[in-house]
Amino acid sequence: MKIVVAVKQVAALDEEFELLDDGVGVDPDYVEWDLNEWDTFSLEAALQLRESVGGEGHEVVAVTVGEEEAEEGLLSCLAKGADRAVRVWDDVLEGADPLAVARVLAAIVEREAPDLVLCGVQSSDAVNGSTGTALAGYLDLPRVAVVTQLEWDGASGTATVHRELEGGLLEVLRIRAPALLTIQTGINEPRYATLRAIKQAREKPLEVTGLEELGLDRGAVEAAAGSRTVALATPDRGAGAEMLNGSPAAVAARIVEIVRERMSG
Amino acid sequence: MSGVLVVAETRRGELREVSLELVSAAREVKDAAGGRLVVAVIGADADRFVAPLGVEGVDEVLTVSAPTDNFEAHVWQRALEALIEAERPALVLTGHTIDSLGFAPAVAARGALGFAADVVAVTWADGPQARRGAYGDKLEAELEFAGKPCTLLTVRPGIFPVASPAGESVPARGVAVDLEGVARTEHVEFVEVSAGDVDITKADFLLSIGRGIEDKDNIPRFEKLAERLGATLSVSRPLVDAGWMPGARQVGQSGKTVKPRVYLALGISGAVQHLAGMRAAETIIAVNSDPEAPIFGVAHYGAVADLFEVADELEQALE
Repeated sequence: MKIVVAVKQVAALDEEFELLDDGVGVDPDYVEWDLNEWDTFSLEAALQLRESVGGEGHEVVAVTVGEEEAEEGLLSCLAKGADRAVRVWDDVLEGADPLAVARVLAAIVEREAPDLVLCGVQSSDAVNGSTGTALAGYLDLPRVAVVTQLEWDGASGTATVHRELEGGLLEVLRIRAPALLTIQTGINEPRYATLRAIKQAREKPLEVTGLEELGLDRGAVEAAAGSRTVALATPDRGAGAEMLNGSPAAVAARIVEIVRERMSG
Repeated sequence: MSGVLVVAETRRGELREVSLELVSAAREVKDAAGGRLVVAVIGADADRFVAPLGVEGVDEVLTVSAPTDNFEAHVWQRALEALIEAERPALVLTGHTIDSLGFAPAVAARGALGFAADVVAVTWADGPQARRGAYGDKLEAELEFAGKPCTLLTVRPGIFPVASPAGESVPARGVAVDLEGVARTEHVEFVEVSAGDVDITKADFLLSIGRGIEDKDNIPRFEKLAERLGATLSVSRPLVDAGWMPGARQVGQSGKTVKPRVYLALGISGAVQHLAGMRAAETIIAVNSDPEAPIFGVAHYGAVADLFEVADELEQALE
């Protein structure tokens, strides 16, 4: 069994940050990078599947579209148990939208021909919730979005999954591999890597490749992009909250006052 | 290509409210988009939604009969692809909902459409423009879709008003799409997440805690604080994901939608999915150490402070 897990190194802004002069990017000095939280759950799901199937010849491949800082995320996947990793980059992908990223991922998945593709539901920075389903679209793969439980039946190559709906409802459904699932947080308990595994991760294969090697050209990626960011700004939060200032004691006293007033009114 | 196509959403025989919010979003750009505003409803029972979709601003309701009783992502994808081909809209709107996440991005990818997800504003200048969150909603991005004859946007629920019923009936038309054998998943059943020991939707006063409480061992302390305040304890998603609290206590899109008189949030940054579940509270008080936390955007009162220090002082104030 072969599982491709598509992951992303996400950007978190510092409390203070500055925009770049182009107006559509943030100064990288004010950004911290980390593996997307959702992807820790999708990787764990893949590792658990590989373990449940048992035996030799199974493979979990972590793939990403990203610059060099994304390798840290891939190394963490390798340390936790992924067998190998692939990173694709080209400067044309700077600020890429979910469709452009999915177009590139589609080329990797096509080459790898896995039984399952797992993606996080969304990334914590861009929060599109779209890359996985777009990827399934390009590949014409059956898919389920927002999966909170996954049971695999190897004999029939079928997954029984829970799809999380709004308002505390879920749908149980079955899907046959090859297929793509987008994985929701809370589906499992992601493991931590041991120090030894973190050291050994550097010895596992980490392939860095470009568009050409995947049979893509810049034009195809640009044409796939669904949107172009023309401006980035601090949102207008309206009047916003009335801020309670002062010591924690003063804040607490005001909170008690407000609560009493609102609850008695 | 011209006009706006809205894709309605239904579940288990009910029209979901987001459908009528999408109509309001579409009305804002309908004239500029130079055409009609049509609403499409897909499903085995599509016809029964013609009347409720006859709201102000809608020129026509299109029905597509589907062979599956319930939503099926691949059937919906094919139906929307056929609708776009037949109606040639300049703009397509769906909700940014769990159902849409299963098919809308695939339609955009395959059709090389303009595309943006979780959009909070739609305007028009020589083509559609959209605004959406960036960097975890700390910033907002303005997007353009130059060179795309058709653009699909998934619109955040709860932003646009629900369109009012039209005075007169709106014309309807069936659109035939061959959807036999298109489904690629098999529905087994729907399951309601158990109500648990408490119904947080009935509470007047919620003390809500999030990731900021840092450790499972801190939960009893906030249970006690809630009791002292006379509040019911609720939580944001990460605490349920971590297995620290049952799902019945979760506020948010996938949890419960609450409308208490007072919502006191400690250590909740306010992800979109959380805000969707609590923004209707009468009074929202938020305590968070990050001054940029999105929850301050919906709170009536806010304090940038260490939640443990504030909790200490709350305990003392209630002595």
